[in-house]
Amino acid sequence: MRNRQLVPEAIGRQPWLVIVPLFALVGLGAAVLYSAAGGHLQPYAASHVYRFLVFLAMAIVMSHIPREWYRFLAYPVYAAICLLLVLVELLGAVGGGSQRWLDLGFMTLQPSELMKPGIILVLARFYETLPASMTASWRGLVPAGMLIGIPAGLVILQPDLGTALAICFGGAVIMFLAGLPLTWFLLAGGGAALLTPVAFFAFLHDYQRKRVLTFLNPENDPLGTGYHITQSKIAIGSGGLFGKGFGNGSQSHLEYLPEAHTDFVFATMAEEWGMVGGLFVLLVFAIVMTWGMRVARASEDRFTSLLAAGMTATIFFYVAINLMMVMGLAPVVGIPLPFMSHGGSSMMTNMICLGAIMAADRWRRSPSRFG
Amino acid sequence: MKLFRPRHVSMATLRNSFDRRSLFIGAAQGGLGLVLAGRLGYLAVAQNEKYQLEAESNRVNLSLIPPRRGWILDRNGAPLASNRADFRVDVIPDRMDDTDETIATLGDLLELSDVEIRDLLDKLEKSHGFAPVEVASGLDWDRFAAVSVRLPDLPGVVTQRGFSRYYPTGCTVGHLVGYVGTASAEDYEKERNPLLVTPGYKIGKDGLEKVFEHRLRGKPGARRVEVTAGGRIVRDLETREDDPGAPIKLTINGPLQDYAARRLGTESGAVVVMDCQNGDILAMASMPCFDPNSFSDGIGRLEWKMLADDDHVPLRNKVLRGLYPPGSTVKPMVALSFLEAGLDPEETVTCTGGLRVGNRVFHCWNRRGHGRTNMAKGIYQSCDVYFYHFAQKVGMEKIAEMAKHLGLQQEFDLPVVGQSYGTVPDPAWKLRKYDKEWQTFDTVNATIGQGYMLVNPLQQAVMASRIASGRKLMPRLIYSEKPQNAPSLGIPQEHLDYVHQAMSDVINGPGTAGRARLPIDDVLMAGKTGTAQVVSLNVSSGKGGPWKYRDHGHFICFAPFDKPRYACAVVVEHGGGSGAAYPIARDVMTFLWDPKKALEKLHEFEEGWGGTAQQRLDARYAAYAAEYGGNAPRVPSEEEKKVQEADAAQEEDQPIVNAAQSPRPEPTGAPPSPAPSADATSTTATASAPFIPLQPPGSAGSGQ
Repeated sequence: MRNRQLVPEAIGRQPWLVIVPLFALVGLGAAVLYSAAGGHLQPYAASHVYRFLVFLAMAIVMSHIPREWYRFLAYPVYAAICLLLVLVELLGAVGGGSQRWLDLGFMTLQPSELMKPGIILVLARFYETLPASMTASWRGLVPAGMLIGIPAGLVILQPDLGTALAICFGGAVIMFLAGLPLTWFLLAGGGAALLTPVAFFAFLHDYQRKRVLTFLNPENDPLGTGYHITQSKIAIGSGGLFGKGFGNGSQSHLEYLPEAHTDFVFATMAEEWGMVGGLFVLLVFAIVMTWGMRVARASEDRFTSLLAAGMTATIFFYVAINLMMVMGLAPVVGIPLPFMSHGGSSMMTNMICLGAIMAADRWRRSPSRFG
Repeated sequence: MKLFRPRHVSMATLRNSFDRRSLFIGAAQGGLGLVLAGRLGYLAVAQNEKYQLEAESNRVNLSLIPPRRGWILDRNGAPLASNRADFRVDVIPDRMDDTDETIATLGDLLELSDVEIRDLLDKLEKSHGFAPVEVASGLDWDRFAAVSVRLPDLPGVVTQRGFSRYYPTGCTVGHLVGYVGTASAEDYEKERNPLLVTPGYKIGKDGLEKVFEHRLRGKPGARRVEVTAGGRIVRDLETREDDPGAPIKLTINGPLQDYAARRLGTESGAVVVMDCQNGDILAMASMPCFDPNSFSDGIGRLEWKMLADDDHVPLRNKVLRGLYPPGSTVKPMVALSFLEAGLDPEETVTCTGGLRVGNRVFHCWNRRGHGRTNMAKGIYQSCDVYFYHFAQKVGMEKIAEMAKHLGLQQEFDLPVVGQSYGTVPDPAWKLRKYDKEWQTFDTVNATIGQGYMLVNPLQQAVMASRIASGRKLMPRLIYSEKPQNAPSLGIPQEHLDYVHQAMSDVINGPGTAGRARLPIDDVLMAGKTGTAQVVSLNVSSGKGGPWKYRDHGHFICFAPFDKPRYACAVVVEHGGGSGAAYPIARDVMTFLWDPKKALEKLHEFEEGWGGTAQQRLDARYAAYAAEYGGNAPRVPSEEEKKVQEADAAQEEDQPIVNAAQSPRPEPTGAPPSPAPSADATSTTATASAPFIPLQPPGSAGSGQ
């Protein structure tokens, strides 16, 4: 034990097995952004690393917050985010047109982003307090459904289908893990399958409908919406096994690839680093996911388990949708790739999720001091 | 609400369910991870080649550099068609955002006139989207630069430094060399060559330009550049120079061609000059003509109207496509057939001004008669009765045989777009064509070059060269050092000598064309006049009246008569008689020996005509532009097809005049001419025809 004390406890306690690969991933992301900016640290790479460090510090702070605080703050935080969503909606109505963010002066805040971890937190809290015997009754479903429905509805109004789906996905995963009867999910799945065509024609906006159609047949519209997918596939495919080399990606440098530094950063990366780079990215995410699920499974109490699993699922949702999109397996939805895409909001959300999982990890390993 | 039937659920069962379900979710995540890895491998490895190609085709923009066309040279290496450096602007209709606005902007920048803008809009309407449409070429640097700097705001506009076709002598070579133009959709369908839709590239549309398209074309160069998605050029990758097309050297004598065309003046006609030693075509002029320089950017409304309105059919190459009754120019040929048939040239007939054939009287052009006429007099005085008489004895077959032997009704192996080869009638032909028996009066008509007999000016020149040389010369258009070893026609030299002498007497003796004598001391020219009736005498006398009813004037000749070097044929449509034709032949032949003297004469004429052919064409265009502005009716679609149709079509009023049996009365006074200029020519000729006091030379050889 003396050896341990050579390293300060605050550092020794961190889950280095995850943080080190994450540093590597963010480093790779910074390299890609450096290249995408034409070999400059500005405007992407430097702020990317800088934000990661700031939010990592925030995550570490989060990981030191005792479990009781999380429990206590779950509903107030949720309510606060809902209010912010309403506020955004009102401002949007006043300002005319849709608005997704609040200008706080020092940064722009997207409340919908906060709602992604927020919904996990509140549902974990809800199911923790729900008596076990009620899990299979309507009281296990309806309040939770409302907790999901309110923010999801507000976000759809913005309109931001991607984020609404992320919120619903996180909520559904928590419900699933909370032990709601399997038949409900099967029924809901069946119902969704039936309602999808209806929703497609009744509720989607034109541009969203077009994106779905384009996804189904990108070659139909090579210059319009299909252009994104086609160019992204070209970037990834032309990279080959080892890529074209750092700084040599023609697709991104000659502006064929749209959103090369945000949503399509994976394609930018794969063009220069090849399949090897892509597998590395997948590996890091696999490590993060495995760690997150292991923390969830190892946690003793229901709140921690649900919280950790839900946060993992939220990160997973980002990764899965983004990668499927850039590889032409899903329609174009504006969802960035965690830890690689340039952008503060998504970095913040993902680091909040990470911080929450780290907190769960800490609670599990040292149930001592605070909780 | 069976679904909500409370079951016994404990904390332990929930924990258990969490364990199982989280395992499931983990597995699902892992599974999706594997799918993504598989997809990544599929894209990056399995389909790598395909996507690499696509990335490359994104990155690299290959633009063809149109090859410079091969030059068309005259026999001395002077260019009839060359290329000149050019700044040009094209638009590609498919790539324009707002056509009207772009065109308006271009109109301002390039200072286009209303007419030009109207023509441009017409062209755009007919264009096929992907094919470039020329907006302007031959621009100066300022205007070119003005468009170039605005290119980013003008999608679909292409500026280019290149080469464009240039015909230094303009309209005098139009029919000979043809012209170039943007490839049509059909051209592209046929060849599928991306070069055809490259901005600035032109293909041959007519004449030699069309026939030798592939030889003149050359190989395009290519420029590979790296471009951004927005089309900005990042850098040049490599440039391969174009490989210019091969030049073509013609037998044409450029200055002579130019002279001959200009000498035709305001007349509608053709001049062909051939070398009697090797068959080289030295000049082949058909006037009036279009300016091939101005055709290359498409044919504008105004230009079309001007050309279509002209009853002198400037779109027809009269050398090859004009068919005319040859009139008396066939008489030397007919005489040779008589000799061949064994007729003694000294055998005479007494011409009293007409001859009864069957129940009709066929008149000689000279109603007073020529008196006792032998073969020589029959030729130099162009006595019709002599030929009426002996043709009946010799028979049409022999005459037709000789006619074909000398090149009539023959299509020559020449690199041209089309030849109308006319008719040498004989009994079998008439039976086949009209299902009617040959009549004696058909022979009588044919022997003086009327009736069914139709020839083109090239054939007349070939006939002259064959009579002159006694050899079966074939006309050549492509220059070759090799002599043409033409076989002998098999006509005894004494027959030829006899006819040569008689033809010399036409000019240098008591003949019908004394004014055709060359103003060169030691060169005597031999020739034969011809006046061909266009309509029956009931309609018009052929001398005056409406232009299109006037007689055609013909002249064939060669010189020197005793040692033939050059042969020439001149046709003046509706010239009112051979008097319109032989002064032209005389001056063209003079040019071969003494260009200076010939040019002096031409300059004199051109003063009266209002400039050279090109100047007159330009002035006419300006007058049209002033009169019609942008309001000319649009060009029929498929302009070039129309041009070819106009070329190929025979005038509907080119009837077969069987009225030859009733020769027109001898004209009184000066023969009128369609143009004031021609007046000068023919009146001079009339005033001074000392050898033939009985009739003005204007009507000489009214060889019905």
